[in-house]
Amino acid sequence: MRRSSDDRKFRFGTGVFAALVLLIVIGIAVELTRQSTLSIAKFGLKFWTTSTWNPVSGDFGALPFIWGTLYSSILALLIATPIALGIAIFISELSPGRLRLPLAYLTDLLAAIPSIVYGLWGVFVLVPFVRKLEVVTPGALKTIPLFQGPPLGVGMLAAALILAVMVIPFTSSVAREILKNVPSAQREAAYALGATRWEAIKVAIGFGKSGIIGAVMLGFGRALGETIAVTMVIGNSPQVSASLFKPQYTMAAVIANEFTEAADELYLHALIEIGLLLFIITVGVNMISRLLIWSMKRRVAAPVITPIVPAEEALA
Amino acid sequence: MTANLRRRKLFSRLFEVLCALAVVIALIPLTMILFYVVKEGAGALNWDFFTKMPKPVGESGGGMANAIVGTLILISIAALFAVPVGGICGVHLAEYPSTKFSSVVRFAADVLNGVPSIVVGIFAYGLVVLPVKRFSALAGGVALGFLMIPIVVRTTEELLRLVPGGLREGALALGATRGRAVFGVIVPAALPGILTGILVALARVAGETAPLLFTALNNRFWSTNLTQPIASLTVQVYTYAQSPYDDWHRQAWAGAFLLVMMILALSIAARVAVRRLERMNRP
Repeated sequence: MRRSSDDRKFRFGTGVFAALVLLIVIGIAVELTRQSTLSIAKFGLKFWTTSTWNPVSGDFGALPFIWGTLYSSILALLIATPIALGIAIFISELSPGRLRLPLAYLTDLLAAIPSIVYGLWGVFVLVPFVRKLEVVTPGALKTIPLFQGPPLGVGMLAAALILAVMVIPFTSSVAREILKNVPSAQREAAYALGATRWEAIKVAIGFGKSGIIGAVMLGFGRALGETIAVTMVIGNSPQVSASLFKPQYTMAAVIANEFTEAADELYLHALIEIGLLLFIITVGVNMISRLLIWSMKRRVAAPVITPIVPAEEALA
Repeated sequence: MTANLRRRKLFSRLFEVLCALAVVIALIPLTMILFYVVKEGAGALNWDFFTKMPKPVGESGGGMANAIVGTLILISIAALFAVPVGGICGVHLAEYPSTKFSSVVRFAADVLNGVPSIVVGIFAYGLVVLPVKRFSALAGGVALGFLMIPIVVRTTEELLRLVPGGLREGALALGATRGRAVFGVIVPAALPGILTGILVALARVAGETAPLLFTALNNRFWSTNLTQPIASLTVQVYTYAQSPYDDWHRQAWAGAFLLVMMILALSIAARVAVRRLERMNRP
């Protein structure tokens, strides 16, 4: 009896610490809401649909920041997804065994490099490169809104490129894991039917589809919240524009740049409200992504748990 | 071979080449970043960098002694509460892996891991800075701690699960209570791995900039006072990178070099530790 009460104590004692983790997530939501009440009360939904950002007159609208965050993240996703999936497929399906581990390690290394180092590299290497690219863009192309704007170097294109590089390791490592979890019977069946390598891989991808979508969304969540590297290369100018060359602004960047300058309370609350929305969006994206990855893994785990031997026979 | 099959085979080949190309494309920025960090940073790194204080604007030379110490202080504060909370939470998840509560907590840890670090910074600001109306090292450390917890939780859980089941059974068979078996036998078996996991988590948060901007702020002077703003390597690199001075740019690269080297060393150490645990698991 003493044993079982000791075990209960252990379970409860460690459970308290586990509950703390839950509490932190809830605490962030509560605290951010509490600290943005002024701006929520004053602007309501108008905050999300207007573009004035005037700390002097106390008028705040966050549309350009939301636009910049979504636009840069989607562009980054468009660049990063094919590359990340290609890497995942190469490492898990095509690469010779000896190369597998080193390649996985090298691509994971991209995730370990601090954001500030990406930013530094962005400012001194990538931005001058983008500027050159913008200068040699032919005039005919510049009539398209996508390529309009002065050749500054800093701007949407530089931000999207750097975000893409930062997102690749996250998407590719989860996608790799998913492909590893696809039962090899799937591929073998495809080969047995005379499939080529690509066709067999297509079957494996089809099997892991939900998990792979989850991997892409995980990358999206990363891109939405990335702060420092983007702040350093996007140009920090609030405008809603489809141009790749124009400087723009993101939600995370405006918080990073203006938080310590926010002298009055309304200004601060407006910035924290942007943080609240960023929190809600990233948590939403992450939740969907995790659920997709889990549902995929559960589907794979299920046949392992069901005994191969029928229950009656196993008992006999 | 029919034309159709030839076409399919060609397509398959093309696809394989494209996948290999994706790997090459991803390795280009990686090698470029490492190349520039080493080229620009290693040269700028000298003894002064570690031992001298920043010089006033316009004077060349000086170093980042205060920022290096600042970063060490910040990650110490973070570790002080993130390691026990995250570690014990990880123990709970590893011991009761399939309860509903564990699933929810694991999910929360994953979600917390995906919350942008700048948002966690705002949380720490509201928790620590706002009540006393002062930026402080403590607030920065708290922000980094929150970022560290989910990493510690997941590494602890994963490593504990690698410990062979026989060890647990042996301890329980000898009459140990659950707590005794876990903290006396299972955790020690996984300890080298967990410790390196913690070091990797520390290196990760030491590279964070965004959550420090409005918690620990920055400090041009020497300070070890936890209730005052404090300098950090990352914020210093950030400030220097945006300055117009060549000398400060050089120092920014040196700071980046230091950060990257630290992270490289620790992630290699972690690989080794995990591989050792995995080998232990083999019959």
